[in-house]
Amino acid sequence: MADLFTTIITSPLARKAGVPQPTKLRRYTPGDPLVEGPVLVAGGGHFDTSLANRLEQAGAQVGTALEELDGRLGALVLDLSAAADPSDLVALHAIGAPAVKRLAKNARVVVLGTDPATLTDVSHIAAQRALEGFTRSLGKELRFGATANLVLATAADPALAESGVWSAVEFFLSGRSAYVDGQVVRVGDAASPSAADPLRPLAGKVAVVTGAARGIGAEIAAVLARDGATVIAVDVPQAGESLAKVANDVRGTALQLDVTTEDAGRRILEHATSRHGSLDIVVHNAGILRDKLFVNMSDDKWAAVLNVNLRSIIRMNETFLGGGGLGEGGRIVCLSSIAGIAGNRGQTNYAASKAGVIGIVEALEGQVRDRGITVNAVAPGFIETEMTKSVPFATREVGRRSNSLQQGGLPKDVAETIAWLAQPGAAAVNGQVLRVCGQSLLGA
Amino acid sequence: MARKTPAPPTRQARRVAVLGGNRIPFARAHGAYARASNQDMLTAAIDGLAARYGLSGQQVGEVVAGAVLKHSRDFNLARESVLGSRLAPTTPAYDIQQACGTGLEAAILVANKIALGQIDSGIAGGADTTSDAPIAVSEDLRKILLAANRAKKPVDKLKALAAVRPQHLAPSIPQNGEPRTGMSMGDHMAVTAEQWGITREAQDELAVASHRNLAAAYDRGFLDDLVTPFLGLARDNNLRPDSSVEALAKLKPVFGTGPNATMTAGNSTPLTDGASTVLLASEEWAKAQHLTPLAWFVDGETAAVDYVHGEEGLLMAPAYAVPRLLARNGLTLQDFDYYEIHEAFASTVLTHLKAWEDEEFCTKRLGLDAPLGAIDRTKLNVNGSSLAAGHPFAATGGRILASLAKQLRQKADETGQPVRGLISICAAGGLGVVAILEA
Repeated sequence: MADLFTTIITSPLARKAGVPQPTKLRRYTPGDPLVEGPVLVAGGGHFDTSLANRLEQAGAQVGTALEELDGRLGALVLDLSAAADPSDLVALHAIGAPAVKRLAKNARVVVLGTDPATLTDVSHIAAQRALEGFTRSLGKELRFGATANLVLATAADPALAESGVWSAVEFFLSGRSAYVDGQVVRVGDAASPSAADPLRPLAGKVAVVTGAARGIGAEIAAVLARDGATVIAVDVPQAGESLAKVANDVRGTALQLDVTTEDAGRRILEHATSRHGSLDIVVHNAGILRDKLFVNMSDDKWAAVLNVNLRSIIRMNETFLGGGGLGEGGRIVCLSSIAGIAGNRGQTNYAASKAGVIGIVEALEGQVRDRGITVNAVAPGFIETEMTKSVPFATREVGRRSNSLQQGGLPKDVAETIAWLAQPGAAAVNGQVLRVCGQSLLGA
Repeated sequence: MARKTPAPPTRQARRVAVLGGNRIPFARAHGAYARASNQDMLTAAIDGLAARYGLSGQQVGEVVAGAVLKHSRDFNLARESVLGSRLAPTTPAYDIQQACGTGLEAAILVANKIALGQIDSGIAGGADTTSDAPIAVSEDLRKILLAANRAKKPVDKLKALAAVRPQHLAPSIPQNGEPRTGMSMGDHMAVTAEQWGITREAQDELAVASHRNLAAAYDRGFLDDLVTPFLGLARDNNLRPDSSVEALAKLKPVFGTGPNATMTAGNSTPLTDGASTVLLASEEWAKAQHLTPLAWFVDGETAAVDYVHGEEGLLMAPAYAVPRLLARNGLTLQDFDYYEIHEAFASTVLTHLKAWEDEEFCTKRLGLDAPLGAIDRTKLNVNGSSLAAGHPFAATGGRILASLAKQLRQKADETGQPVRGLISICAAGGLGVVAILEA
């Protein structure tokens, strides 16, 4: 996918001349070890003992002090969930700094904390809130494909949060999170069962992916199928030729329909239940762009984007969350965008729709929690697709490089995050917006 | 070792379900599919069917398909298309050819094997291209080339080839004409239309209805699960939603001669490229695949007429096949909720309807006691037919079969009543293939 400019600046000559070189990111393929190298688990929080055990079970070499471990670290897990006062953060630097120096290429730093929103004491809140600033800054300092992310437990009882925290830590340590950097994930107390077959965590699940004919949607279909799900690939009838290819590739089914039609939700649900027995995972990926400066934008362009990207999702969710729709363990993942967070010139309609999607997620979280369903959003940053290929050169290069990993992400990176949120193990992650942007400078 | 006792020879015939279909949009000749072969199109149609019904990597009982205009390289068209498709390569296939009846005849053959328990599932299909038509060398040149090929010594080869004359070099392009009369199908139909007094106005009205009905079907999403785009084409490009009787009235006749010529390019089907497929199966197979039958394939019948000696019009065979099918199934012509009469020409449809109302024709030609009678015209070709969609010969049967099956399912679901549909397809060589579906 490399264009001429990328070819030149990543050439040996450019490297010698000192042009910063993007690192080839460690991306997940089934069967990969969870991390490449030993893992230091430290910090004395609520979770470090259980996480160390889980990591060992997952085949990692685990130490609780840097001296115990040889060579470069595959990951550093800093459990500061028990830090109750800023003075407790002294340990963070004492343990963290020498360990960060020894991080391997594509290493992971995962910081664990307690959600400040669940606390009352000022010093306690300040200490926990500090972790976010620390993690985001460390993400910007790390090089060679390494990332730093923060997992916040919202449960009052750490024992209840443990399985959910592990699922998030596992995601951030793995190659699945290659392009997720500088992010914060809140984890509740829903029990998060481990997959019976870790290679197929979505086995037995039926997933629908809208906008599946190409780009990110096609990759979501592929990754969900790889993880064991039966996939229903949905796209407009005009995209049917490539949709059929996607459906056949994943041995799923193709359903040609326009998500803006009144009965789209009903038709999808009917297809899923009659043909595959249930509907478990919904990925609202279908979306359109009609860029124009606000003052020059036609009513049609304004309305079309809001209709496809926002209204259709609300309408379909009413069906999916109604009787005979998603059951216990159901998952809805919506595609937002960093444009919806940061805003983007020429994209008032698109950014409005993608911010609206965040509103959907926030609104539904509480409604579905008791039913064992989660609703989350993923907000991609600069992803290498046919769509971003058409972006003007200068804008494209700025977008591609203005992030901590100094490169664009791949559709697969977005798909991997969605596939994780769809897992039974991610039951405790609800109402979240997870950015897949390499810690983009936009809206950070 | 003792031999097993053979199974009883008689088996109960099973019900055969039409589960659905897929076709590519039909394209006017030398247009969107100018560079696509029959195999390309048939493979695409099969792949779209596989995607719709989750058949990727699966083996189905049999694929039966054909093409009317066929290259010698396509001697195993159906099987080669299967091998290039997403179906399991262990899926058997064979070719058939029965002119424009190919697609429906393929479905009858698949249905019969399913009914007998020889297969549990099957795909009937057809493809045709007039853009990628085979071109042969002249008959004289062909004989010379074969003689040269037989010659063993180079000098003998040269001697044989020396017989080539300039007039031998003109290629032989397939003609849309009857080998035994030299007349084109349209000219044949023009004779029949004139005999039956079919008016220009009636033909143009039928053509307009066809375009409007198909356009409306597209607009309400009826074709969303019947068609998969191909080579960038998402809809049949012969379709003219704004077609009107006034516009059609301006066209000059292209078939027939003299002041009574009524058949124009507007009320005749154009040469078209395309492919279609239909998935049929036993109830058990459908259930195991979690597929709901759209309709049941009840029965089929094929007839032929002696058009060579002027006894009957070339395209009149369905007029004979239908009463035989009705009699066998104890039905009258009025016992149907929908009629799909292939619009080779608007006049073909109108002639059939008139003939079935005609006492003399029904008693003398068909040997009936009374005319079959008129049909409710609002039940005819309700989602458009070949005048609007186009008519890639072997692909028409599959288009009609899948479309009617879906229409019947919708009606049955809506009313909660059993419904029935009749398909009638005329074909070159004085052939006609007809069938009954129920839902």
